Amino acid sequence: MSGESGKPKTPLPGTYLKRDEYMKLPGLIKYKPVARYLFSAGQAQSRFLHGLKEGKILGVMCPSCGRVYVPPRAYCEYCHTPTSEWVELPGTGTIHTAVVSYIATDRSRLEEPEIVGVIRLDAPGYKEDQYEFAGLFHKICGVTPEQVMDGSAIGMRVKPRWKPAEERTGSVTDIECFEPVEG
Amino acid sequence: MERAAIIGVGWYGLRPTTPEVSFREMVFEAATRAYEDAGIDPRQDVDAFLSAQEDFWEGIAIADEFAPEPLGGVLRPTVTVAGDGLQALANAVMLVQTGFFDIVVVEAHGKPSDIASLGEIYEFALDPIHHRPVKPAHPLFMMAFDAQAYMMRTGADPSHLALVAAENRARGLRNPRASYAAKISVDEVLEAETIMDPLTRYDIAGYVDAAIVLVVARESVAKKLSDKPVFIDGIGYATETGTGTLEWHSWGRMPSMRVAAMTAYAQAGIGDPLSSTDFAEVEDRASHYQLIALEELGLAPEDQAHKLYERGEYELDGYYPVNPSGGSLAMGVALEATGLVRLLEAVLQLRGEAGGHQLDGVERAIVASWRGPPTTTSMVAVLSGPEMGF
Amino acid sequence: MRANLHVKDRVGIVGAGMTLFRRRFLETPRELAWEAVKQALDSAGLTLRDIDCVVIGTAPDAFDGIHMNGEYLADGAGGFGKPVDRIYIGGGTGVMVPISAWWHAASGHCNTVLAVAEEKMSHAMPHPQYVFAYIWDPILERPLGPNLIWIFAMEMRRYMHKCGAKKEDIALVSVKNKRNALDHPAAQAAANITVDDVLNSELLVWPVNRLDISPVSDGAVALIIAREKVARRITDSPVWIEGVGFTLDNTHWYNRELGYPRYVEYAARMAYRMAGIERPWKEIDVAEPYDPFDYKELHHIEGLQLAPRCQAWKLLKEGYFDRDGELPTSPSGGLLGVGNPIAAAGLMKVAELFWQLRYEAGKRQVKKPVHKGVAQAWGDLMQAGTVIVLGN
Ligand SMILES: [Zn+2]
Repeated sequence: MSGESGKPKTPLPGTYLKRDEYMKLPGLIKYKPVARYLFSAGQAQSRFLHGLKEGKILGVMCPSCGRVYVPPRAYCEYCHTPTSEWVELPGTGTIHTAVVSYIATDRSRLEEPEIVGVIRLDAPGYKEDQYEFAGLFHKICGVTPEQVMDGSAIGMRVKPRWKPAEERTGSVTDIECFEPVEG
Repeated sequence: MERAAIIGVGWYGLRPTTPEVSFREMVFEAATRAYEDAGIDPRQDVDAFLSAQEDFWEGIAIADEFAPEPLGGVLRPTVTVAGDGLQALANAVMLVQTGFFDIVVVEAHGKPSDIASLGEIYEFALDPIHHRPVKPAHPLFMMAFDAQAYMMRTGADPSHLALVAAENRARGLRNPRASYAAKISVDEVLEAETIMDPLTRYDIAGYVDAAIVLVVARESVAKKLSDKPVFIDGIGYATETGTGTLEWHSWGRMPSMRVAAMTAYAQAGIGDPLSSTDFAEVEDRASHYQLIALEELGLAPEDQAHKLYERGEYELDGYYPVNPSGGSLAMGVALEATGLVRLLEAVLQLRGEAGGHQLDGVERAIVASWRGPPTTTSMVAVLSGPEMGF
Repeated sequence: MRANLHVKDRVGIVGAGMTLFRRRFLETPRELAWEAVKQALDSAGLTLRDIDCVVIGTAPDAFDGIHMNGEYLADGAGGFGKPVDRIYIGGGTGVMVPISAWWHAASGHCNTVLAVAEEKMSHAMPHPQYVFAYIWDPILERPLGPNLIWIFAMEMRRYMHKCGAKKEDIALVSVKNKRNALDHPAAQAAANITVDDVLNSELLVWPVNRLDISPVSDGAVALIIAREKVARRITDSPVWIEGVGFTLDNTHWYNRELGYPRYVEYAARMAYRMAGIERPWKEIDVAEPYDPFDYKELHHIEGLQLAPRCQAWKLLKEGYFDRDGELPTSPSGGLLGVGNPIAAAGLMKVAELFWQLRYEAGKRQVKKPVHKGVAQAWGDLMQAGTVIVLGN
């Protein structure tokens, strides 16, 4: 890559293969790792998940700076002190950002596009427009792709749409999605 | 050049399971203890944070994204070393010695109880083309290769391995951090179920969850902040050969540990480690590795470690105590925190805080660990205690 | 970090090499690393015997498909019997590797360091994007079935909202970088395209279309880094590492403003302070901001303090960031044009500055005289900033 011309002295290495050439390579090894885990949710997230099962969004407050964390953590990342007081939030909030997805996790195309975004939750401990906020990443329903594209979705007031109590399992999916607050 | 010193240590766990906490909460607990020990505020006083972790131990791709919050490293220089905690410590020493960083925090944790397919994860560390298709029955088969090669070379027999296993597990009885301590005889080790010939289940260490956090400071800063700094006189590490080239591995030896030791000794100005240091904490996740390591570290003449062992030279009241803590055989393997468990024990000894297994008048120690399949990367540190610093 | 320190022993880059960047290679990850190392050694007239230490960078292990990837790559990266470290900070790894090599040398521990970054994404099945399913919080995020592009799209949407930028304004980054890459011999996605081509390419996650994104790539890059007295023996024109910075923000990216990357700002301020740079928008002559997505380059230009907030897209329209502009950005062609083998792509950006600052970039050489350059990468969950300032 050096020299006056900026051209390599020799062609750059690397043997490019087309997909079908690659798939026909002799001795090509297919391997699927067996990687299974039993993640301990820990003190803070466990209590949060129990709250979801009961249809509540719980936050936890840092005694030192007053931030309320959703999702809760056992410690304040800005003060490095244990968090203490638990608070139940109303669950309402505003859409911080939203997008329209036409693809799934494995990049296959979805039949119906899906809207997902970040919800800035109504929580004490933050100034309006502060860089940090209590919030969740979730699906958004009752909003059209056009509203996402023209920007009217951003700042929209939303609330959680809960699964029926008997179907809730203590998972973030106990909230089906966030939907616009009527009126 | 100014040395680096450890001015704070904190640990959490060292138990086979820790279901009460997430890995992040475990790290937070260890960090809080380390900062208290050092008397520092992580949000004000620390110039960089280093964590040691591997994606597949965590079950998270790019696991380093979880490093900053529990350590107090949010919006601060924080980076991950994909290696043993001792490698992260070596990087912390380098950061301090650039002259730009006064205080650096090092963290390593392992939560093997969260891993439901530990054997398969080990298999995933094998070369995908040459070794995985062979489907070895036990992913740690290389340990047995090393044991066999070691015995052939030195004339040691399984009873020598059993002696290490029995002694280390017994030493752990005096160490409250040793979950796998046991009162067990050499015969019982030999007669136990064979996992991979010649290794029985007592020859191979169990697993523990643990988080360890260290506060490392530049020498002059350390002396100001701490009345019990433990100095890092030298630290070295080296990688032997990649996982795809087992054919090149020197079975029954650890050439990477020899290189790492030479580096650490040269930095520390040590010629003969046996006379210049007082004890060692040496990685022993299978019993024979302690014997191999003693030779590679220059703490035993070539092929003689097992004989010196038989004569009791490495006992707590012997000529040169090795693994007073009980080593990994008694304390368990904490994945990438394993090296820092050895280091933690050495630091507590040098500070006189080891408790029931405290050695008398120890001033200088060697800490050695390794990781890989098989023993690919080794790390060696030479530490000296508080009174050596003045 | 201490500032205004009198540095007695500088650290310089003395050689660079890379492979082609392509979607699919015959070579194994280890062989790719070796090819890049060989090129770098040859360019400096050195052999492996001259190398003391090795720093390796790769992003998630799942791409190369091996646990303990540093150990696996050690042979190919020239690490046999040497101190080898693998450093990682997600997508920020490519720029972190030379930062780490810097401290290996600046501390006096190593006289010469090989900084090697490699990524082989193409062999992940069914699609490399699937690997990214595992970067999310296993309890709070993975159950929602996220795709990596979501998070970028959310950030891009927020940037558009905050800064009043439209999709067509942002697409210009892709047009510029793919055009720049036409002159790069390693380039995988070089092209003369228009804004309309970007807008009309496959819609993935609105506002992200396929041509807003860099491609899936395999490739490797290597640099040779040396302490001053050694560097001067190797070459008359080392390129000095004048400042380094790295920052991680919190893991909870959905608890933060997505319109501005404060972690890049923090990392940049650290690097500038070390380099003695007070007005980066005046003092930096050429920049390689990280551009896995087109809006990211604008986001990062602002984080790097090279443009006022929300002004980058307007300056872009005026040609300010073109190769013959006031402040050329991504003259290499960036990740959008040259390709994005994650860690290797970041290191490619540092290699480009090395060539630019030695006036060896050929047709890619920027028009203005160059004294100082900055390269930056980003990574993890919208949280990592890595910044390096080089000077000639
Ligand atoms: Zn707080």
